[in-house]
Amino acid sequence: MNYHNYIEITAMILFGIGLTLLVLDRNLIKKNIAFAMTDSAMYLFLAAKGYVSGRKAPIVTDGVQDMAAYINPIPAGLVLTGIVVSVACSAVMLALTVRLYQKYHTLDIDEITALAAREDEEDAA
Amino acid sequence: MSLWQNIPFVCILLPLASAALVSVLKGKWCRAAAGLVLLAEAALSVYFTVRMAAYGQSYAYMMGHYPAPWGNEIRAGLLEAVVSAGFSAVALMSFFAALPALKRDVEEGRHSLYMALLMLLTAALQAQVFTNDLFTAYVFVEIMTITAAALIAAGRGGRRLLSSARYMIMNLIGSALFLLGIILLYDLTGHLLMPDIQRAVAGLAERGAYELPLTVVVALLTAGLAVKCGLFPFHTWVPDAYSAATPLSQALLSSLVSKAYIFLICKIFCRVIGPRVIAMTGVDNMLLLFGAAGMVLGSVIAVRQEDAGRMVAYSSVAQIGYICAGIALGTQAGMTAAVFHMLSHAAAKSLLFLSLRGLRDVSGSTKRSRLVGAARRHPLMGLAFTLGALSMVGLPLTGGLPAKLNLGLAAAAVGGWRMWALFAALILSAALNAVYFLGTLVELWRPSAEGAAPLKVREALPIGALMALNIAAALFASPLTRAIRLGLSQFG
Repeated sequence: MNYHNYIEITAMILFGIGLTLLVLDRNLIKKNIAFAMTDSAMYLFLAAKGYVSGRKAPIVTDGVQDMAAYINPIPAGLVLTGIVVSVACSAVMLALTVRLYQKYHTLDIDEITALAAREDEEDAA
Repeated sequence: MSLWQNIPFVCILLPLASAALVSVLKGKWCRAAAGLVLLAEAALSVYFTVRMAAYGQSYAYMMGHYPAPWGNEIRAGLLEAVVSAGFSAVALMSFFAALPALKRDVEEGRHSLYMALLMLLTAALQAQVFTNDLFTAYVFVEIMTITAAALIAAGRGGRRLLSSARYMIMNLIGSALFLLGIILLYDLTGHLLMPDIQRAVAGLAERGAYELPLTVVVALLTAGLAVKCGLFPFHTWVPDAYSAATPLSQALLSSLVSKAYIFLICKIFCRVIGPRVIAMTGVDNMLLLFGAAGMVLGSVIAVRQEDAGRMVAYSSVAQIGYICAGIALGTQAGMTAAVFHMLSHAAAKSLLFLSLRGLRDVSGSTKRSRLVGAARRHPLMGLAFTLGALSMVGLPLTGGLPAKLNLGLAAAAVGGWRMWALFAALILSAALNAVYFLGTLVELWRPSAEGAAPLKVREALPIGALMALNIAAALFASPLTRAIRLGLSQFG
């Protein structure tokens, strides 16, 4: 058999691992890593879909004007935009993680939930 | 092209640019600047709605130097105009209603940052309403996620940080699914502009090609946005996020942020994929079932809440169910009902959260046991809460009645099992709504030993305006419905 979609398959496997960790893991740092993995997997998928084997990046350097010589630049543009977006999201998530760790001295989200609930009860009492 | 047709562009760019300006202003100047921008937004979008109603058709607006298949576009029609006007009116009134208490909720030194977030949120809202490009929609969805998470975290206490982190995690999952849907759709069609995608998708469906991938795409897009708007089974982050945040953040999150995602679902169903292909994939039936389940179960959980803030938050889950069920009917009447409910719920929910803040001030807590007699202690906020609650129940003279009536009529026109499922959910949910909201109202209006708080004009004016908006939604229900229907007919 000839697998010519193996990059896309890899990307989807990585996406699955990332999403599962993002949902199920309790450690906030691991959730951050999982998020980075999910998004990177998607950009890998998009970049792989946008690549046509044997063609070049769409930057004219040697005077070749023929469209058939280059790949589609839009997926690359989308990947770049997407990377910027996920960097921003990661930054916010990490900032929240740091603040939560400073306050509760743990990274386990279930423990933090329990501590916050106890805090609420003390406030009410 | 006339000058007024630039308004959608201005509505997006004005708050985006002023976010930078507001973040460096201090104290009352940043609040004044933010208020001024919101006022300008509301005035512009209302004026735009009036002009669009007279103009009678929709138009696309080129962003940048490249024409349609390559460049980015925004698109404006009567529907977008009405939704944009509704959103900015609610944002404006919520802002001024929350302003007197804002100093106690957010440290004075951080107001400039809070206002900058507010501006970014407004820009993201308007951009999602007007954009004609699916990837631009994704970018603004993410901007909204980040600003909303920061708005939840603003204020004091560890609970807010935790709620914000949970919100962020659930929303990142939603965004990931949504983005994957967009990427797959781009691979299938080669387009990012909505009308081009629709043409390509219709072509694919006609030839019967890529049936499974199309179903996956529709499911991913819908599921991603459903997670983000807090539709039932994905609602777990809703009560924490809504009840922990500061009142202004609560009002904006529950009434506007979730609605922007829902409007995006409307757009995807009507303009990106097209109702015929949606019906072919069967995703609409799933959305209907989740919506109906949310209508009932959201209310069931709300009945059991001790805390009025969480109760109102769970009632949001139920109301989101109503709206999604309306969209899922797949008819124009269903979509009209959904958009109408979206607007009337936005007005009522912000009223509920903001008046709850006033009632908390005179009671010390939002626990229902502590709120007994609160409306007597603060009659203005009591009255506002009463109006909002009656709108949720769907009594006459509130926007809730025409909203539910429209939905019921739309369901009746569809017939079959979908009609019966929706009827059953409507009746059950209405009964449960009446139980917990009317029960709370009775407790609120019990006689109280303490005297009534004095009436302050600064508080009374914006809350009064928000109440008037709710009543106007009921009084002008039929022209509003007609405008939405007309807008939808230009939408496809």
